[in-house]
Amino acid sequence: MSHTELEALALRVREHIIRMSTDGGCFIGASLSCADLLVHLYSRVLKITPQTVSDPNRDYLLLSKGHDVPALYGTLAELGFIEKARLANHLKTNDSLYWHPNRKVPGVEFHSGSLGHLLSVSIGVALDIKMRGGKNRVFVVLGDGECDEGTIWEGLLVASAKGLDNLVVVVDRNEFQANIRTEELIPLEPMPDKFAAFGAQVKRVNGHDFSALDGAFATLPLTSGKPSVVICDTVRGKGLPSIERRADRWFVNF
Amino acid sequence: MATYEETLEKICESNPNVVVMTAENRAAIRNLPPKLGARFIDVGIAEQTMIGAAAGLALRGRIPICHSLATFLTLRAFEFIRTDVGIPGLPVKLVGGVPGFLSDGNGPTHQAIEDISLMRGIPNMHVVCPADEDELVAALPKIIESPNPIYVRYYAGKAATLHGDYAIGKAETFGDGKDVAILTYGFLLREAMKAKEILEARGTKARVVNVRSLKPIDEEAVVRAAKETKLLVTFEDHFLTGGLTTIVAEIFLKRQLTAKTLPIALEERWFKPALLADVLAHEGFTGEALAERITATINQ
Repeated sequence: MSHTELEALALRVREHIIRMSTDGGCFIGASLSCADLLVHLYSRVLKITPQTVSDPNRDYLLLSKGHDVPALYGTLAELGFIEKARLANHLKTNDSLYWHPNRKVPGVEFHSGSLGHLLSVSIGVALDIKMRGGKNRVFVVLGDGECDEGTIWEGLLVASAKGLDNLVVVVDRNEFQANIRTEELIPLEPMPDKFAAFGAQVKRVNGHDFSALDGAFATLPLTSGKPSVVICDTVRGKGLPSIERRADRWFVNF
Repeated sequence: MATYEETLEKICESNPNVVVMTAENRAAIRNLPPKLGARFIDVGIAEQTMIGAAAGLALRGRIPICHSLATFLTLRAFEFIRTDVGIPGLPVKLVGGVPGFLSDGNGPTHQAIEDISLMRGIPNMHVVCPADEDELVAALPKIIESPNPIYVRYYAGKAATLHGDYAIGKAETFGDGKDVAILTYGFLLREAMKAKEILEARGTKARVVNVRSLKPIDEEAVVRAAKETKLLVTFEDHFLTGGLTTIVAEIFLKRQLTAKTLPIALEERWFKPALLADVLAHEGFTGEALAERITATINQ
């Protein structure tokens, strides 16, 4: 898929997100910030197709920040993992698409919603792949605000100790917690230094630039024997100028 | 009889999906690392990461057996157990060390006396409380075979008595005395059996019900004990809230039963930290003290 095609795909995913933000709403800011990232990973990086969602040799992607599930559902629908028409069931009792990931939806590896959980779940998946000599990788998408949770750092210690170089931590660095800028509340910078100090190999890129994302994920692991961390600088609400970088536009019900 | 560790090793040999995990608590599994290689996973003092990783391993078809002290396992990692293991109902097995009075002189930080209450509150989670190492060893294959997540209130002390066949959800009853039934679990079975002997020497006909698993509980055994005796005693090293006493009360409520009861548990307080024998004496949980309380209740 060319970059032009990726851009068109990301635009369609954004449309899905905005539709899911009507009639009940969704966590739109965090969904829009990682839409490009998820589109890129599913189109160019992850070895997974609608036919291989249960294949033990597939690449895994676990969405730890949870709020951004409309971006995942939009991507999965565009790429044929789920029916596009199903997205209209968001928040309806005849289906099970709600504000956080539901693992019963094809392509969703695990449920989340409580922050700081899926790095540890990803570690378990990565440990098993190593034990069985598999070549597949485990990607886990963290929110930057989520990095306030102690279990992120506990998990990094363990992932580094176990040499999990099949683990790729992707941070959606949209600079916001729920209600306030991270740097105003609990500063996270310098983020790359922190992850490196915990034993990971770190790259930082523009999370809306497909060429930059190509570069970041071209060769994995970033270093043999270490977990990889790719910090993606993004804009919360990206694509909808009226809500971009607005602290009060975390959850929106249009 | 084989030990817990030997039995676990045999199970690992025959079932390649079993992995043994610990959050740097190796008391029960000290000899396993060289035998299990990569299937022995010590994550360090990180109970939450251990449980999350166990869920990830279970997603890949593994059966993780997680070891830690009962307090840190059920309290520190509670939300990970509830959310990552409980919601999907993954077959992760949790082995909590030094539960109840077994934390001896450690003090309240180590007193797991709400563990049953917490674990049984999680849908799908089973709770198994062996009375000694023989029972633990008999239970272990069933624990591994079960598709449920299971919390094991670990105790591997020497046998309190000879046991019958083991099944999760089946109690075993000792004697058929009609004056009093003592319902208990875990290492306190030993004290209950002592109390039974003392009571019978006094002419009080007693039976002891070792409930063995608190969830599922053997409701019929509880109901029989209530209906066939004049006094139903619950005897546990757990808070009065949420453990066996509460479970019996729930059964009574559901079935509209009444009985004369004597609940013996820890009510809204921690116990005195000391060596186990002294804890039992101080807290009134010896067989002798139990027999005295039962006699006093009967004579009221």
